[in-house]
Amino acid sequence: MAETQTNNYTPKDFKSDQEVRWCPGCGDHAVLNSVQKALSELGIPKDKFVFISGIGCSSRFPYYMDTYGFHGIHGRASAIASGVKVANPELSVWQITGDGDALAIGGNHFIHAIRRNIDLNIILFNNEIYGLTKGQYSPTSEKGLVTKTSPFGTVEEPFSVGELVIGAKGRFFARTVDSNVALSTQIYIDAAKHKGTSVIEVLQNCVIFNDGIHDVVAGRDVRDDRTIILKHGEPMIFGKDNDKGLVLDGLKLKVVKLGENGITEKNLIVHDAFEPNPGIQYMLANMRYPEYPMALGVIRSVPGHTYENDVEEQIKGIQKDSKIRSMTDLMKSGSTWMVD
Amino acid sequence: MAKNSEVILREEVVIRFSGDSGDGMQLTGTLFSDTAALYGNDLSTFPDYPAEIRAPQGTVGGVSGFQVHLGHSEINTPGDYADVLVAMNPAAVKANVVWVKPGGTIIFDKDNFTEKNLEKAGYNSDPVKEEKLETYNIIAAPITSMVKEALKDFGLDPKSILRTKNMFALGMVYWLFDRKLKYTEQYFDKKFSKKPEIAEANKVALRAGYYYAETIEALNPVIKIEPAQIAKGTYRNICGNAATAWGLMAAAEKAGLKLFIGSYPITPATGILEELAARKDLGVKSFQAEDEIAGICTALGASFAGNLAVTSTSGPGLALKSEAIGLAVMAELPVVIVNVQRGGPSTGLPTKTEQADLMQALYGRNGECPVVVIAASTPSDCFLYAYEAAKIALEHMTPVLLLTDGYLANGSEPWKIPEMSELPEIKPPYADIKEKPFLPYKRNCETLVRSWAIPGTPGLEHRIGGLEKTIKGTVSYIPENHQMMVNLRADKVAKVADSIPDLKVYGEDSGDLLVVGWGGSRGYLMTAVRELQTDGFRVSLANFNYINPLPKNVADVFRRFGQIVVAELNMGQFADYLRIKCQEFRYEQINKVQGLPFTIREIKDKCIKMLEGK
Repeated sequence: MAETQTNNYTPKDFKSDQEVRWCPGCGDHAVLNSVQKALSELGIPKDKFVFISGIGCSSRFPYYMDTYGFHGIHGRASAIASGVKVANPELSVWQITGDGDALAIGGNHFIHAIRRNIDLNIILFNNEIYGLTKGQYSPTSEKGLVTKTSPFGTVEEPFSVGELVIGAKGRFFARTVDSNVALSTQIYIDAAKHKGTSVIEVLQNCVIFNDGIHDVVAGRDVRDDRTIILKHGEPMIFGKDNDKGLVLDGLKLKVVKLGENGITEKNLIVHDAFEPNPGIQYMLANMRYPEYPMALGVIRSVPGHTYENDVEEQIKGIQKDSKIRSMTDLMKSGSTWMVD
Repeated sequence: MAKNSEVILREEVVIRFSGDSGDGMQLTGTLFSDTAALYGNDLSTFPDYPAEIRAPQGTVGGVSGFQVHLGHSEINTPGDYADVLVAMNPAAVKANVVWVKPGGTIIFDKDNFTEKNLEKAGYNSDPVKEEKLETYNIIAAPITSMVKEALKDFGLDPKSILRTKNMFALGMVYWLFDRKLKYTEQYFDKKFSKKPEIAEANKVALRAGYYYAETIEALNPVIKIEPAQIAKGTYRNICGNAATAWGLMAAAEKAGLKLFIGSYPITPATGILEELAARKDLGVKSFQAEDEIAGICTALGASFAGNLAVTSTSGPGLALKSEAIGLAVMAELPVVIVNVQRGGPSTGLPTKTEQADLMQALYGRNGECPVVVIAASTPSDCFLYAYEAAKIALEHMTPVLLLTDGYLANGSEPWKIPEMSELPEIKPPYADIKEKPFLPYKRNCETLVRSWAIPGTPGLEHRIGGLEKTIKGTVSYIPENHQMMVNLRADKVAKVADSIPDLKVYGEDSGDLLVVGWGGSRGYLMTAVRELQTDGFRVSLANFNYINPLPKNVADVFRRFGQIVVAELNMGQFADYLRIKCQEFRYEQINKVQGLPFTIREIKDKCIKMLEGK
């Protein structure tokens, strides 16, 4: 029997012996690396990790992790993961899903897992396309996108992941970019430490069917000016030269330039991820280029009761005073009679 | 309460309580049944209520009924036809009069036979004349005015007074069958301990009904049914849904596992979820999911995590769970799926019974997807088969589909409480932590069962899923591997036949006719077969509880009978299944899809025709 290691893992310890079969250049590879790095730094015994997935390219993820894993069926990963976590709250449960898996076929399970605040870490790979079925539009595809099932462009509005999470009473929402391993790793660690459902939207590139879809904000040469990495307790500054920021203008966010019109760092909003009122976080999650930079980092992180913990507490509380402690007690309780 | 009336002894009697859905007929029937059970009668009950919680008052659609059959000897069914009908309004007469034995007793509240109510029920004049009930023992009691009079000094509001009408009627029935009021009175004291005036009002109404029946000598002679000869032990009344829930809990306790139920409310299965949700004292985790699919998927997650996992549903819900059952077959995880069958297809007849989900249970999935299918046959043996379903699921690492039905779920009967020590051991095939590397699809050579490695166990990390895979759990599209895995999964389920009991024959081992049934129609078939046997016919009954795989001795049993007739509440699904599985026999059929159980008469008529046509 292997001794449980706790503190000296390396990312390699989390690599399974299976060959990774994603397309070369797919953003999934970088996500896998970031997650393995994060897990090695969490100090949790390896046998406590469980990876649950649905269907889609990203959902092959559990096969590549040397942890417990269960590759489920399309859209149902949130439900399977909920069952795992409620059955054994000591496990660290991770759900791997995509924009189709979580927001189309699995939308119902996704919002209810969030509403219940079950302590799951949900990594949502958002490439705004169906990759595994070879290029159909998804619930996050931009309106008008031409795909195989929308040859004349879609006529439907996309979901915004953050908006949906907050609308479903989500308490943790973060956004990262697949290629940014350092930011991603830190976010996965923060998500793991947050008690309750954590949703991390990964802007992930599908190199085959939707290549470069996130480049307009996350491309190497533009990202500094078109994204903002939010850090709790710090003013909202961004830009290649750290010369731009966000202020609250009436009831709306506004991009300002430091030094112009007397604006200094003191005028900028300080990010508060722990604020229970989601008003500002909601606006941050919905910022889109070109009006705003896209927000990355932990946008919302509000502690609260978790479902599985409340279930355990309820059981403990009832068992404390109960006269029924076994099936025999139960079966012989109430109205019974003897036949001699 | 001395009585002057003559008393006669009867073997059995059937009583039907009926009224508006708001008249409290289910409670009235239950209280009568409990009193009968405590007295020592064997009995069987069946509630028959509309799908609408409050259908328009006074209409036939809104009639709610509760039938109880009690006897001095073994009782297997709630009975076809009633000796006594209690009808709280004209609609209840209209809905139930065809179910009263010719010349039987009908008690009704004559105050409720107003012109308006008669019209609502579809009568133009006096129902007694319209229904030609002159030869019946009609007791037209002024129940409403009597309770108003009896409770006039209680200071209760008129609504509360009228709520005791059912207890007046119950009091009358108690007198008719020479029953004591004690148990029901104790029930009021307990139920209304914080409202003693309501408890007292109910007692007064109950006694008023009793004395009223005595005064008018409602039935002469009075019928007495002696206690039944029942095996020694401690008994309680139990309905099928509670017995199912308890069987699952007993299995969890025996296996030393936590019980998890992921489920979504659906008639008539909801009682199972409710019963388990109430058992936090025994550590049950109940998860009311957002839909049927999440019900089974949370259960699969819990199973993967090492719980005894179950989900409960009815036909339409089973359809929604199909894909996830396929995942359980592929992943080879233990899970119990309880399907409380109701009338279908689609939403169908939610509150009515049927056995028409058999093919769905056996074959309703994509791919080659065998699961174990078993069926309970009485309200109380739902306990046994739920226990057995869990045992097979855990020991054979397979989903098990347990079929019950609306009739079993809501019906109740006395049940001898088992000792936990008498129940068979349950030993799941846990993975050996010394075995390295752990291969999730390595199998026991004899049973073909894989081992169960629970997350949180160091060194046994592994991956499973819905894709075809090798012994290691690695995804594989190799043609020969898929063929092999399909064969192995099928053989594993087939091998469950090694650990199930032989098919039992009620009656002689050979004869002219074998009546074959499965699951919940056992009681009716048993009664019909016994009556035929008494009439001198060489008839026996084989009622199946194990459907996939079938017991090994089926052909041996069938071979010894001249003819075989398969009776089931569908259009012939089990008969067709037997035609596939045991092709050398010819199967006649008795089928019915009316949302109702069989009547004894229907079964006997067809059997006699077959026997005499020979």
